[in-house]
Amino acid sequence: MDDLQLLNEIERYIKGEMYPDERVHFEQLRKSNTEVDQLVVEHTFFLQQMNRFGEWKRFKSLMKEIHVDLAEKGQINSTRLQGKLKVIYLWNRYKRISAIAALIAVITTLAISSLVWMIAPNAPRSQFEELNNRFSQLEDKNRKQAREIDRIKNKTFSALQDIPFTTGGTGFIIDAKGYLVTNAHVIEEARQIVIQNNRGEYLAQVIFQDQERDIAILKIEDPNFKPYSGLPYGLSKQTAKLAEPIFTLGYPRNEVVYSQGYLSAKTGFNGDTLSCQVEINANRGNSGSPILNRKGEVIGILNGRQTNTQGFAFAVQSKYIFDVIESLKKQDNSPTIRVPSRSLLNGLDRTEQVRKVQDYVYMVKVN
Amino acid sequence: MNNKLLDVDLLKGLAAGDRKVIGRIYKDHFNMIQSLIVNNNGSTDDARDIFQEAMIVLYDKTRAGSFELNCQLKTYLYSVSKRLWLKRLQQNNRLLSQEIDPDTTILVEEEIAGFEKREAEFELMNQAIQRLGEPCGSLLDAYYIRKMNMQDIALQFGYTNADNAKNQKYKCLMRLKKLFFSEYKNGNPNG
Repeated sequence: MDDLQLLNEIERYIKGEMYPDERVHFEQLRKSNTEVDQLVVEHTFFLQQMNRFGEWKRFKSLMKEIHVDLAEKGQINSTRLQGKLKVIYLWNRYKRISAIAALIAVITTLAISSLVWMIAPNAPRSQFEELNNRFSQLEDKNRKQAREIDRIKNKTFSALQDIPFTTGGTGFIIDAKGYLVTNAHVIEEARQIVIQNNRGEYLAQVIFQDQERDIAILKIEDPNFKPYSGLPYGLSKQTAKLAEPIFTLGYPRNEVVYSQGYLSAKTGFNGDTLSCQVEINANRGNSGSPILNRKGEVIGILNGRQTNTQGFAFAVQSKYIFDVIESLKKQDNSPTIRVPSRSLLNGLDRTEQVRKVQDYVYMVKVN
Repeated sequence: MNNKLLDVDLLKGLAAGDRKVIGRIYKDHFNMIQSLIVNNNGSTDDARDIFQEAMIVLYDKTRAGSFELNCQLKTYLYSVSKRLWLKRLQQNNRLLSQEIDPDTTILVEEEIAGFEKREAEFELMNQAIQRLGEPCGSLLDAYYIRKMNMQDIALQFGYTNADNAKNQKYKCLMRLKKLFFSEYKNGNPNG
């Protein structure tokens, strides 16, 4: 008989589940084999312990239940409760205060929203959040200090010194001579514009803006700027296809940030046909970021996201950049902007594409 | 007396694990113990723990077959709680802020010593079961503590038949016994 079987037999014996003749047989075994006898005694003790342990455990949990039960019904004074009960308890205690707070909140909200509603004519746009960045005063101070240090180090003077920048976005080169495109809302009411990336920091000026399409064209006007030899990417004239994988580079931080996603709808916010909807991680500061497809063609400019829904970002379709350039041509003594339509990035892997593109994407700082 | 259950009846209900009766005892005595503890440097959580321990002492007594108290149920619970709390305070080097009237309490040293020993043993068993791991812990819990039959256990744990479950249960039991007795003989409990 192996140990398992023996244990089984012992348990049956203790519980009185054995047939009479089995029992007689087993008792004989007990008498003849002291080891078995010891095991029976030990196991009896153990089962007793188990039983009592079980009772004890059941009783304990029963009391916990009863305690919670009675406290819930208020039949015992329990001032400190846990979990759900605590919430109920806190609610009972603080409901008057929270009611007052809620009332104040409601009034404030109503007042502010009515104010906003009166001031802002296009109400539905309030759900649409433009992704230009607001630099805090503190950040700005930091930046100024950093520049001051640089200046002392280099003992050179740059025209950029003491400009307090308040908002910002992203822009990207569309003509190697030094023309950039960004969103019109990024440079709205701009007095000074500075663009910056790893290559350097340059002054730029708005030469054209189209509020309707939310596109602006900037020209780099800085003696330090050396024109590019060419652009790695081209601009697509076609409407992008649904589910097309896309990526973007932008400056939601002081650092260039890569993000990827796909085109999720051919129209933009509230059915806007100028733009399209993209599923991409967009944050403040991403406004004006180029959206590129797999081949490295710019298919759009990121310009906003829907505030009440997660993951809805919108982009102005790139074909409208061509329209804007057309309208620019009609102006007197306008420069000719040559936009490449062929991408040199086709077939490269993503890291290589990003490495080539990032020199052409700038942070746009506005004051 | 008609409306009010006698202490003896309450104790019988307690021994049988009658939820209604236990709830009744709980409701009638908890506030008293809570004010005792809270007025003596305790929190409401302490009060809950101490009262529940006192209830276990009482439960153990009834399980041992004695439904006769030589005092009122109220006095008994009060005495046990007070003693348990004093011990707890002494362990933590805290002192009573107000003297408890000795007349209202009875001597319960023996019961408390027995309770502490059992508590230690159960803690041992609890730890042994914890250390078994799964599915052993749940399997033994289902059979020995929740008293489920092998058929249901096989179904719940996904064994193809009751015999397989039984086999597994015995293997687990052997391991548990080994763990339990090795600790037990190390003299962890006082007896």
